[in-house]
Amino acid sequence: MSDVTASHRWKIEKGLSGDFIFKAVTVLFAFSILVILMLMLYEMVSQSLPSLRKFGGHFITGMEWDAVQENFGALPFIYGSVVSSILALLLATPLAVGTALFITEIAPRRLGGFAASLVELLAAIPSVIYGLWGILIMTPWLQQTVQPLLQKYLGFLPFFDGPAYGVSMLAGVLILMIMVVPIITSITKEVLMAVPRSQREAAIALGATRWEMIRMAVLPYGKSGILGAVILGLGRAIGETMAVTMVIGNNPQISLSLFSPAYTMPSVIANEFAEASSPLHSAALMNIGLLLLVITLIINALARLLLWSMSRGAARGTKL
Amino acid sequence: MNSKVKLDDLNVHFGGTHAVKGVTIDFPANSVTAIIGPSGCGKSTVLRAINRMHDMTPGARVSGRILLDETDIYGRGVDPVAIRRRIGMVFQKPNPFPAMSIHDNVIAGYKLNGRMRRDEADEIVETSLQRVALWDEVKDRLKSNAMELSGGQQQRLCIARTIAVRPDVILMDEPASALDPISTLKIEELIEELKERYTIIIVTHNMQQAARVSDVTAFFYLGELIECDVTKKIFTTPDRKQTEDYITGRFG
Repeated sequence: MSDVTASHRWKIEKGLSGDFIFKAVTVLFAFSILVILMLMLYEMVSQSLPSLRKFGGHFITGMEWDAVQENFGALPFIYGSVVSSILALLLATPLAVGTALFITEIAPRRLGGFAASLVELLAAIPSVIYGLWGILIMTPWLQQTVQPLLQKYLGFLPFFDGPAYGVSMLAGVLILMIMVVPIITSITKEVLMAVPRSQREAAIALGATRWEMIRMAVLPYGKSGILGAVILGLGRAIGETMAVTMVIGNNPQISLSLFSPAYTMPSVIANEFAEASSPLHSAALMNIGLLLLVITLIINALARLLLWSMSRGAARGTKL
Repeated sequence: MNSKVKLDDLNVHFGGTHAVKGVTIDFPANSVTAIIGPSGCGKSTVLRAINRMHDMTPGARVSGRILLDETDIYGRGVDPVAIRRRIGMVFQKPNPFPAMSIHDNVIAGYKLNGRMRRDEADEIVETSLQRVALWDEVKDRLKSNAMELSGGQQQRLCIARTIAVRPDVILMDEPASALDPISTLKIEELIEELKERYTIIIVTHNMQQAARVSDVTAFFYLGELIECDVTKKIFTTPDRKQTEDYITGRFG
């Protein structure tokens, strides 16, 4: 009896020492991420203090961006970032989900694999290449072909109003769309492939066609995963700098027309930081960076909330 | 007994594997036929050939004829989707649609026929659930999620979903093998009642179950049909030595 207890105790102590080191190391790593985030946040807040002190809440609502008069308001940049990202997602989501459905459900296995590797290839192209292609090929095409056509037939809408410069919100939206399609596609593809065979068979055995099977069994099952893919796409779109800077026109204005040049938050930081002349100017740019961080965090939090309510909804059986 | 489904020299290949070899068999109408045999004998493969589920499997080839009444379901111009509406299927593991309510699960297949009125849907849901003896258990929570039901209830829900489409034939692929004994008993009682309206073909690896629920039993071994006869005869005086060895537990 006492023998058993003794050997038992010995085992526990040995386990503890190994576990203790392992635990300490992982805790250290986990905390270092938190510390880095906190340091970044602290640094950004302290660097943007002059701007925060001077403009306060007006920084968010201000329309002016004047480096000479030192009057800074970020609304046009917020507008440019949010609108271009959301429009890009609206266009990219059906395209990406359709592509993923083709790869997983429709295409013969080898063709599907080929298409999937093409999509992954698209995701690996550096964004400056997209930007180059955008500025050399897409914007002239938009200026000479697409915009005149849109203006001719849909010009009565405020969205297609004004002169065609090529570089515009429209160009930014399109380039972002092309850039987020691969990421949404490849995640959606994984999500769809995870739909169990038994779900597909259930629908097929009820006399569903392939499309009906997708609608009845595949998409509802993958719903929250697809939403996650879209959110990741949004994250990429809102933070994208280079390609957008090259085609969006970089003009801080808020215009309903997609033909007007616009400006995004990452673009203005990239363009002006190196030549920020006054402390207040660089503080204002820091302040924009801080806003971007906050917006990204809010989007992520909303996404989590949405996913959470969806999974809870499914558990409770409320129809979504 | 007149036959509802007839297999005529059915062969199924998966790539290079000859899984079902020249099976010819009649399934009588409004009765339960059990398909028994050791694992890997091709019983599920035969079953899945009957509603053309192998169409979905790359590399699967089916040859020979399967007659539903007098129509060859592998014949030219036959729509597999229409065939599956007449030949429903219940699977080994309950597979309700997790994103749908109980009500929506039952009506999911029927809804594929097109739009319908709300009261029409409600009526079909009620009769289908009553036929699987689930109505009294769920009538107060039709809107709640199907995944809240127990395994046995889920399987009965899947049967309700299948009969809501109004098939002639119901294929069951070991429908109780994932369930506890009480739920199994309920499924077996249900099969007994369902045969009044439907022709039932059930694959099972449980010989007691085959003996309890079926009128006719077919014994398969290594992809071939060894013997098919009235259940009582198969379990008491089978013609073939292999059948006798299997049912007495000498191999399997």
